[in-house]
Amino acid sequence: MCRLFSITSTTALSPIKAIEALDMMKEGHDGSGVGLFLSDLDGAFSRFRELPILSGIFTRSGMRRLEEYMSAQGFVPRYQLMLETHGEPPPGTPAREVYLIQAFEPPPEWNILSADMQERNLTQVRLQLRHMGEARKDMVVFSFWPDVIMIKEVGDPMDIGTYLGLDREELYARRIMAQGRQNTNYGINLYACHPFFIQGISTMTNGENTAFVPIKEYLSRQGVVGYEGYQSDSEVFTHILHFTLRELGLGIEFYKHVITPLQDMDMLDHPDRDLLNSLKQACRRLIIDGPNCVIGCLPDKTMFMVQDSKKLRPGIVGGRSGLYAFSSEVCGLDAVIPERDKAKDFQPMHLDTAIVSPECKEVRICRQTQPLPRPH
Amino acid sequence: MPANSAVTPSTLSQRDLPWQIHWDLHTCTLCGRCTAVCPVNAIELGVFRKRNINVPPLGSQKPSSESSVYYGIRQRTAPAYACVGCSMCNLVCPNNSIQALKSETTDMLRFHRDQGGQPRTRGGRRNLSDSVLDQIKFMRISMLTDPALDAGRHEFEIRTLIGRILPPAQAIKAGQENGWVPPVREIYPLMIGGMSFGALSPSMWEGLQMGVAYLNEELKMPVRICSGEGGCPPRLLRSRFLKYVILQIASGYFGWDEIIHSVPQMKEDPCAVEIKYGQGAKPGDGGLLQWHKVNRLIAAIRGVPPGVSLPSPPTHQTKYSIEEAVAKMIQSMSMAWGFRVPVYPKISASSTSLAVMNNLTRNPYAAGLAIDGEDGGTGAAYNVSMNHMGHPVASNIRDCYLNLVGLGKQNELPIIAGGGTGKNGNLASNTAALIMLGASAVQIGKYIMQAAAGCLGTEGDRCNICNIGRCPKGITSQDPRLYRRLDPEKVAERVVDVYLGFDIELKKILAPLGRSTSLPIGMSDALGIADKAAAERLKINYVV
Repeated sequence: MCRLFSITSTTALSPIKAIEALDMMKEGHDGSGVGLFLSDLDGAFSRFRELPILSGIFTRSGMRRLEEYMSAQGFVPRYQLMLETHGEPPPGTPAREVYLIQAFEPPPEWNILSADMQERNLTQVRLQLRHMGEARKDMVVFSFWPDVIMIKEVGDPMDIGTYLGLDREELYARRIMAQGRQNTNYGINLYACHPFFIQGISTMTNGENTAFVPIKEYLSRQGVVGYEGYQSDSEVFTHILHFTLRELGLGIEFYKHVITPLQDMDMLDHPDRDLLNSLKQACRRLIIDGPNCVIGCLPDKTMFMVQDSKKLRPGIVGGRSGLYAFSSEVCGLDAVIPERDKAKDFQPMHLDTAIVSPECKEVRICRQTQPLPRPH
Repeated sequence: MPANSAVTPSTLSQRDLPWQIHWDLHTCTLCGRCTAVCPVNAIELGVFRKRNINVPPLGSQKPSSESSVYYGIRQRTAPAYACVGCSMCNLVCPNNSIQALKSETTDMLRFHRDQGGQPRTRGGRRNLSDSVLDQIKFMRISMLTDPALDAGRHEFEIRTLIGRILPPAQAIKAGQENGWVPPVREIYPLMIGGMSFGALSPSMWEGLQMGVAYLNEELKMPVRICSGEGGCPPRLLRSRFLKYVILQIASGYFGWDEIIHSVPQMKEDPCAVEIKYGQGAKPGDGGLLQWHKVNRLIAAIRGVPPGVSLPSPPTHQTKYSIEEAVAKMIQSMSMAWGFRVPVYPKISASSTSLAVMNNLTRNPYAAGLAIDGEDGGTGAAYNVSMNHMGHPVASNIRDCYLNLVGLGKQNELPIIAGGGTGKNGNLASNTAALIMLGASAVQIGKYIMQAAAGCLGTEGDRCNICNIGRCPKGITSQDPRLYRRLDPEKVAERVVDVYLGFDIELKKILAPLGRSTSLPIGMSDALGIADKAAAERLKINYVV
């Protein structure tokens, strides 16, 4: 099983913190991989907050192709961080040539474009690089977005953390999501490793989405740039969240209603039943199934956790003012925030969305049976 | 028959018939029940002469002979009286002295069933028991990361939607602007398909309706039943139970005068309206109710004179194309109920189904598409239509579903599959296979007749005399002496049994696949088949 851990904090933390929590939960995962999502960055990248940051793994020739492509597109390279490896790769980890994290300044003509168009273009650049890399096996690109770094690798999370020297100031962030396993439901592939990312939205999942194929077929035909890939059944959670927020203009409170709508009896008692019923019908193709615990981060740096409709996976949220964490297991939480009031720990159940806003003041619980904010 | 008597081309022996009566002289009580019950008069009282030869001890006297007479059962061999294998004789025999056995060799009767130039008509289904649906297995059992669900204890949302589903953004916009939203019904995915009042006996119809009402009102299972093309009893039209009924209109428009005039008095809207353009059992052919079954009651409900055959035309006579039919009939029907009732067409599976589907996707009022495969049943059709016309349902459903996927409109236009589901008794697995191939709902007809009323028909050409009103179980007869054999209350009980049993079996399929939150429409990754060509055609896994 996957183990998940995420931190949201008002002060920047090292990604190693999250990996330590994964290590604490090691009995629950097979240590086959690690995926990191870092945002609200504090180190050197915080000086380039508006510039998109490219995260990926490259061969030397892939680097040359990247430079040529980005230059041809009019991007000017800015701050660059190459993760230096320490010693031999851990068991199971392939030797790679370049782990690259680099900020780029977009072409000046982008300035006249709307924010939507700029975001679309950034996604298209990432996809183009991904396609180029897949063709020649020389590039793997995880994200290309302002204030976001993603790192993924096969191998034991703690070993990878040491090997890549992840405890460095440039990677300090206020929002960190970490997952400790390489996807095994389908083919092993770095693109199948959680967290998944699209346009500022990232999620990771512990579980198995048994409704994957029909959802994938639906999403990939909606004409939205970026709804592709799907090396993992969990990638659709990220895209459904994107669809809910960006395509439907709804808030995070609606996400749970889209993926696991209320059953009839609960629906009848709900003050927004007409809206919810229409949403349940229209979004039926996006209803997930199977055991799943989803943790995600929104573009406004809000973090959340939701469970499947039967709450078949573990998940807990707790912390103190200024520092909260979402974890698969209590021991992960204990490792990182031992001083918190454990009586206030909360395990979201089948109707709950646990939300922590960027100020990290409290855990807000949104139950599906509660009235909803009106869509705007 | 004397050995030197004349034979005609259609003179057949008992051996030439497909069903042969075996009768036991020693146990027969000569009660006459079998001859009385036989629906086709295939057996009659026989007076048999027998010669007994007495051979005395050697040399004493000459051998002598004498004749005696005994009474028993004789099978008639004229084609018109050929045994249909229903085995009612065996059912009523107190001593199990008589039975109808299927001939092991090819019968000769098949060459003589066009006496008077009239080819054979019959009820039933194709006489082939093979089924692609039976070969499909559900093989994506989650073994690594997924704790299996418990079919007996977990909650399962076994519901489907019938009606046009708006794309999510449009649905939200319509909600915000108080715009028109197409009517959608949330129903149980196994529906009872269109079998008309007329094709079915009053007892059978009443039993089915009672069973459906009980499932809805007492067990909260939103099961729906289609009326078929034959109108609807006025009392039902004006009752609250109409909401469980899908009214069917077909090319004969039988009963629709009564229905339309009842609209102002309806307490509830019907569940939906089904416009029948075709039927899987006899594609391209209209409905047929032979004169035997058109008694005064049926004639009154259908608005026709009694005692005449009622062949519906193959097409809707006022339309010249499916496009026009879609545009006009769907809108007319929608308008009759103020656009509050989903209206969808039913067609026979065909290589032209995709064209219909594409047309419907562009019609905002079309509420779905019912596709009836070649294994569908019928009350009356020409044998040739049933055996040789049509398209298998599996690939047709799959093509239409994948076409919708390609358009990004999967499930916006629900596909209702029918035709041969459960033909070999595997109702739940066949239904689940169709749903995972892309159907939103499944219609059954013959299965419910077999399971809820004891219909004797099989894929082996047993009975199949639904067309002439002599159904020995009273299911498809309009003769009170026959349909009184069928107790509507018992039929209703069996309908409930069938649905409850089906529900458990379906959960036993869904639970290991880890599906409980929604119906697994199009979950093709769960399906496997050991036939490579079928796997490629259906785009499912090839497993051996």
